[in-house]
Amino acid sequence: MTTQSDLLYTEEEEALRSAVRSLLADRCDPADVLARTESEQPHDRELWKTLADSMGLAGLLVPEDRGGQGATHREAAVVLEELGRAVAPVPYLTSAVIATETLLACTGDPAAELLAALASGRTVGALAVPFATAPGAVHTRVRHEGGALRGEVTGVADAAVADILLVPADGGLFAVDTGRDGATVTPLTSLDRTRPLATVTLDGAPARLLAEGAEADAAVRLGLRSGAGLLASEQLGLAEWCLTQTVAYLKERHQFNRPVGSFQALKHRLADLWLRVVNTRAAARHAADALATGSDEPNLAAALAQAYAAPVAVRAAEEALQLHGGIGMTWEHPVHLYLKRAKADSIALGTAGRHRTELADLVDLPAPATP
Amino acid sequence: MTDAAALRRRTQDLLAAHPPATTDRTDFLKARFDAGLAWVHYPEGLGGLGAPRTLQAVVDAELEAAGAPDNDPRRIGIGLGMAAPTILGFGTDEQKRRFLRPLWVGEEVWCQLFSEPGAGSDLAALGTRAVRDGESWAVDGQKVWTSSAHVARWGILIARTDPDVPKHRGITYFICDMTDPGVEVRPLRQITGEAEFNEVFLSGVRIPDTRRLGAVGEGWKVAQTTLMNERVSIGGMRIPREGGMIGPVAEAWRERPELRTHDLHQRLLTLWVEAEVARLTGDRLRQQLAQGQPGPEGSGMKLGFARLNQEISGLEVELLGDEGLLYDDWTMRRPDQVDFTGREAGYRYLRSKGNSIEGGTSEVLLNIVAERVLGLPSEPRTDKDVAWKDLTR
Repeated sequence: MTTQSDLLYTEEEEALRSAVRSLLADRCDPADVLARTESEQPHDRELWKTLADSMGLAGLLVPEDRGGQGATHREAAVVLEELGRAVAPVPYLTSAVIATETLLACTGDPAAELLAALASGRTVGALAVPFATAPGAVHTRVRHEGGALRGEVTGVADAAVADILLVPADGGLFAVDTGRDGATVTPLTSLDRTRPLATVTLDGAPARLLAEGAEADAAVRLGLRSGAGLLASEQLGLAEWCLTQTVAYLKERHQFNRPVGSFQALKHRLADLWLRVVNTRAAARHAADALATGSDEPNLAAALAQAYAAPVAVRAAEEALQLHGGIGMTWEHPVHLYLKRAKADSIALGTAGRHRTELADLVDLPAPATP
Repeated sequence: MTDAAALRRRTQDLLAAHPPATTDRTDFLKARFDAGLAWVHYPEGLGGLGAPRTLQAVVDAELEAAGAPDNDPRRIGIGLGMAAPTILGFGTDEQKRRFLRPLWVGEEVWCQLFSEPGAGSDLAALGTRAVRDGESWAVDGQKVWTSSAHVARWGILIARTDPDVPKHRGITYFICDMTDPGVEVRPLRQITGEAEFNEVFLSGVRIPDTRRLGAVGEGWKVAQTTLMNERVSIGGMRIPREGGMIGPVAEAWRERPELRTHDLHQRLLTLWVEAEVARLTGDRLRQQLAQGQPGPEGSGMKLGFARLNQEISGLEVELLGDEGLLYDDWTMRRPDQVDFTGREAGYRYLRSKGNSIEGGTSEVLLNIVAERVLGLPSEPRTDKDVAWKDLTR
């Protein structure tokens, strides 16, 4: 048996959480998030600037000598818990985790330069694959011809706010500047408008090579694996918000001359949800620790966390909506933002079912042979 | 006296004076008790040294390395886990001196006389009566789900001493002599075919007032100590991956490809994930405890494991197909302890049904989580201010 991972939070991690939480309490009220989703600019660029640049959180995964903060996935996971709790419309998972981890695994100078730019928070990057892509399941149809890329990728999360796209194409992984001719980003009407998707169209877009062949494949896989593993922390924060808000509401709301939270039928549902949230925390911390230290098989830990956390976040949001009754069905109440985020997250980076299939290989529980 | 090095020295002195290889088991255990190394957090003179509880591990490691016998804690779990902390907390000096040593050594087995046919989840409604008669009490009633009653020397008993006050206020806590002629123990056969538990009939049992624990009418408060310790003792040990009920299913899946179907595969993987995550939650809880910051997570562990055990063992029986139609043994036996792994899948399936009933039903535990962890209001109570004798039965 492998060594036991540290499933708790350190004092530094708790301090980081407080800092992020108080910033979000000030600057990322659910009503603001809702209003923003209907505006021309669904992403909160000012909030991102504070988080990524002023607080230095974009560079947590990047060593200091490569332009980052030299922290680990454990700290990034804490940031994601708080961002999930606020359904914050910032490209943290996509740029500071997935794109950053992908670049960390590339060896050349162009990648190093981009990595430092992303770590500074002043440049936003996005891995140009459909957001539903599970680690190891990338199929690109983008072609590389004489230093330029041609092709289309749909469903790319946060592409609309990205300065740089990391594009898997035939022959390798390339960087494309979204400001250049030949690269078009067209927003899609997304289920989750707090993390909007876009179609990336490349029509002779100038591209810089970041990695080739196996190195490129491995880098993309690692980027998506970190994304999947740490997404569980976002899902944890989201589920906790749903539970906390619902408990508070059921203590206030009276029907039949009693607080509705005193009805056993509702109490049992919330207690059951609490149990799942407690379990999600263990799974999410385990994944973050495994990604940070390499202990206890990161592939297994990430797949386990995603297989468990994704359905819990969806359930938490669905329970929150139902238990809020009519108010939960209104556009005005923020619970729908959480439901949409949770449902989108359950597809993002591979569904729970895909991750279970991955686990079947990892822990030797093979599928039946097809007759 | 209470640091690790001192305890290690003291343990070595014990081993030197009573070499395990040449010392009778019971004599060794008595010597260990008298040296204060039985449970180091207990007071001096009662098997302990008033040391921090965490230092017990130091003593246990030294003794294990020396091949010293232990007191077979599983056999005397009720005594160690429930009777002892209650006697320590509420007993007189004389009671502590009389009962704790033979309890810990294992010379005297204890059982718990709490549940009744009419008082399960609503334990405080119990109806076994204890009536004062001079310097003793006369007890009449029926207890149920009493493990070890057929081998027990003593029982911790709660009985109603005042039917005219609300139910929580009219209960008194006693130590019952299981050899009293008024005590009749009958095996209670379960759905597994065996009888782990007993019914205990009490007819005119005499209990001297000196065997009362705590004040008259304070029995409910005393019982809270017992019950709290029951919940603490559940789920203490770290288990390896696939160390629980999922283990035998995963093994059968790997070794017998002919049993595999796509439907079972998906269900197995889902349960594997849940079992592994529950195991990590246990790890996290233990890490919190080790840092001295116990969280409320413990309240949920039993709930989670009850459901998982039931679902996993249900899947196992189904996976086995033809074999799942068979059962290993319906013979009526009276086992000393539960053995989940020593029997076949059908036994696991049936026995785990009790996991969501024993030690607090899952429904009651969900209420406890909802009220004590989440702070949700309780249901309106109709029984709080009514005298016990006027309750509906």
